[in-house]
Amino acid sequence: MIASTQAGQQTGIYAASVREDALASRPPVINDFSISVATKNGSGSQTANTTLLRALFKMGIPVSGKNLFPSNIQGMPTWYTIRANKDGFIARKPHAEIVVAINPATAIEDYQSVEPGGFFMYADDIRLQMNRNDISHYPIPVKKLATENEKDPKLRTYVANMVYVGALAQLLGIDLADIESALLFHFKGKRKPVDSNMKVVRLAHQWAADNLIKTDPFRVQKMSATDGLIMIDGNTAGALGAIYGGVTFVAWYPITPATGLADALSHFLPRLRTDPDTGLPTYAILQAEDELGALGMVVGAGWAGARAMTSTSGPGISLMTEFTGLAYFAEVPAVVWDVQRMGPSTGMPTRVSQGDVLKVYFLGHGDAKHPCFLPGSVKECFEFGWRALDLAERLQTPVFVLSDLDLGMNQWMSEPFEYPDQPMQRGKVLTADDLKQLGGFARYKDVDGDGVGYRTLPGTDHPLAAYFTRGTGHNERAQLSERPEDWTSNMARLGRKFETARALMPKPVVQRVDGAEIGIISYGSADPAVEEARALLARAGIKASYLRLRALPLEQTTTEFIAAHRRCYVVELNTDAQMLQLLRLHAPEHATRLVAANYSDGLPLTAEWISTAIRSGEGSGEGSGEGLDKGPAI
Amino acid sequence: MGTASLQRANVIGLQKIDYKGGDSTLCAGCGHDSIASQIITACYEMGVKPENVIKLSGIGCSSKSPAYFMNRAWGFNTLHGRMAAVATGALTANHKLIGIGVSGDGDTGSIGLGNFKHMVRRNVHMVYIIENNGVYGLTKGQFSATADVGQELKHAGKNELPPIDLCMEALVAECGFVARSFAGDPKQVVTLLKAALSHRGTAVIDIISPCVTFNNHDDSTKSYMWGKANDDRINDFTYVPHQEEIMVEYEEGEVKEVTLHDGSHIILKKLDSKHDPTDRAAAIKLLEEAREKQLFITGLLYVDNGRQNLAEHLRLGDTPLALMPLERLRPPRESLDKILDSMK
Repeated sequence: MIASTQAGQQTGIYAASVREDALASRPPVINDFSISVATKNGSGSQTANTTLLRALFKMGIPVSGKNLFPSNIQGMPTWYTIRANKDGFIARKPHAEIVVAINPATAIEDYQSVEPGGFFMYADDIRLQMNRNDISHYPIPVKKLATENEKDPKLRTYVANMVYVGALAQLLGIDLADIESALLFHFKGKRKPVDSNMKVVRLAHQWAADNLIKTDPFRVQKMSATDGLIMIDGNTAGALGAIYGGVTFVAWYPITPATGLADALSHFLPRLRTDPDTGLPTYAILQAEDELGALGMVVGAGWAGARAMTSTSGPGISLMTEFTGLAYFAEVPAVVWDVQRMGPSTGMPTRVSQGDVLKVYFLGHGDAKHPCFLPGSVKECFEFGWRALDLAERLQTPVFVLSDLDLGMNQWMSEPFEYPDQPMQRGKVLTADDLKQLGGFARYKDVDGDGVGYRTLPGTDHPLAAYFTRGTGHNERAQLSERPEDWTSNMARLGRKFETARALMPKPVVQRVDGAEIGIISYGSADPAVEEARALLARAGIKASYLRLRALPLEQTTTEFIAAHRRCYVVELNTDAQMLQLLRLHAPEHATRLVAANYSDGLPLTAEWISTAIRSGEGSGEGSGEGLDKGPAI
Repeated sequence: MGTASLQRANVIGLQKIDYKGGDSTLCAGCGHDSIASQIITACYEMGVKPENVIKLSGIGCSSKSPAYFMNRAWGFNTLHGRMAAVATGALTANHKLIGIGVSGDGDTGSIGLGNFKHMVRRNVHMVYIIENNGVYGLTKGQFSATADVGQELKHAGKNELPPIDLCMEALVAECGFVARSFAGDPKQVVTLLKAALSHRGTAVIDIISPCVTFNNHDDSTKSYMWGKANDDRINDFTYVPHQEEIMVEYEEGEVKEVTLHDGSHIILKKLDSKHDPTDRAAAIKLLEEAREKQLFITGLLYVDNGRQNLAEHLRLGDTPLALMPLERLRPPRESLDKILDSMK
């Protein structure tokens, strides 16, 4: 609500028709709201949004920040949502209580989207019929304040975003010192940009104090819930994991949303992996000409003894299919990160889904299946980043890490990552000395009974060290063979190797609730929404145990969990209920206990959707549960 | 070759037999086998240590070749058209290795053209041999992208599209070593191989290697004269006649007409000392003129040792990445703490 009539004139239509005095008497809501900022992409709003996010984080309030952006460089609508929640629930909310509208193109839908009881802050040159009396209205003179403060028209657009930062800080009670320290973080301590941005923030803060009458209940208060925590995106976390996992070779091709992972490798590798003695890199990173080339290089490097990885997303995975089949059968270590986005085809390339589960698990041609890590947090992105390199060499096979856009590109709070607690594993590699003792070796012989043979690295100085690698049929001695017995025994050994993988991959995280008749099975970035949904369900009197998968192949823990519950809802972010299908294949005897609770519209899951789906399935709450229990037809 | 040469040890004390590979499964008389023999000869005579060699290929008849030379080297028969990418990775992981790639015209000129050109652009240190016969043999006789305009094949019909000249492709991608030869000219092949092995970047040798089985028409436009009618032309793919390898000898500057197994002809012109192989524009011009006259220029077309190779560009040191001691690969705990502190 605007304080003076003079200022009120600028706001045009709404002021005459709405009275907000009644709204002002509500009790305060402390540290519990979502903010949605609607801007155009390429306008510099990211700096403003991440500044708000980090300021709240620095105030000790649990937060998450999610960027909902278009596949475009400049000028299309983009939204940034921040969730602050004193109880630590940081999943996306269906609607924000606080909506900041800077982009006239989306102002109407932004206005309608404000959660009742919330507020609408908008650039005062936006002309809009505003007739809601269940929310507060705050026009802010974005252009005026920006123009007064920045002579350079190019920079004006950028600093304009700081106007809403300043105004929000004033309305919510965010300390300007925390805004400044967030800006210092963003600009890596560079005073000049911090000062020019802070100037606008302070001005807007003062303007809001002088001109706006607060009629909304939302406030922030310092907490200590983020003490000791870090904030980071999953792509950076995964890259750091790989670096501490001793990655020596990276080949990649740009694709949203995986590019950030390679960018983070390019940023941190020179800093962390330049040999102090020689001043030379202990790694190589190559931007390939396509994803065929990217995985081809990784397979070549892995074969020659590098710890090699690539990162991509769905369409890139398609192009990597043939090499995955080769690496599986020729038994070459490789790590592939799939930061999943919305498909099929180009789909919505800047939106999230968990749509590559089935495809990646069985990627290849003929018979093939692969160990897949399923990180559910940035911390696991780091941990699986190094473990994947170990497992790929231990198992001599391609290993996948299924992240997604939400986990990979958005900012997440986390406990600090733990330094790897075990030495690097290079797997079964024979040296020249080994060969002198052994007098030769058979590349694909199952000496140890775990299905994994011994290999040599090219260049090993022994006349019997070499072997021939091929995708065609081969016998134990790596010789070309089309004999049926050689084929079947080789495939049987690969089967034993997969059992070894099953035992070595991380086990699910299980939370059993006493007396719970139902369970939830989920994975990946759905985790925060599931945790919050369980709290919502508990309030409605529904107890739900929870098993969070952390890897494929599935194993006994999951079978037991399903068996122990009358019904298990499989919560996932895709249209074909892909994990549900794998679970039914894994535990066919319990197939009817498994219920699909999948949804995919490009946005991260919400606790509200999950709890509604489960309540509906349990015959309470809205909806009949129709279709929930079947899962899609294949 | 005589017994004497088999028993003579080279500079690293190995005999020629130490360079041998498995028995060939290619059609008798195939030019590819002749090339494999010359690889053996070149490596033996140069004293290349087999354990330091990786021999890679794509998919196709040509790509079977690595199995037929140097059993003591690591072989990798990769994917159709993707040897360049695998070689790039392998030779970055261990840049001390000697890379020999064997590809075909389908592999390099069609499915893998992109990866090939990018490997050349990166200047990966390796010898890249194309066994070029203008035809897909393993899938029984389709045109490849290097087939001549107007060429006819039994089942594929007449080729109406212009050929891709892989030497030209290499030249325009700034390859530092570009040569062309003929599989039946072992002296030239072995000389070029030795030069290629001494080159410090990507060395491309396009070797015309006649297919004895599927390039079996009698009216090839690879000749300025139509070949004479051949009563023995093969109409049944299940029958593969035994053929002798075609061998030629000709001097620098000489033009040589070669009769192929099917009776068709190709014309080779061996480069002489008038060509300056350090002049890239001249090499491109030569290829263009040869294209107009429908003849094959053989010899070293272009050489430039000045370009940085990929390993140099990546600043790889004495220890290959693949053999880097583990303690150099995991940064210390304090470095992680420092990064995490900066994210608080």
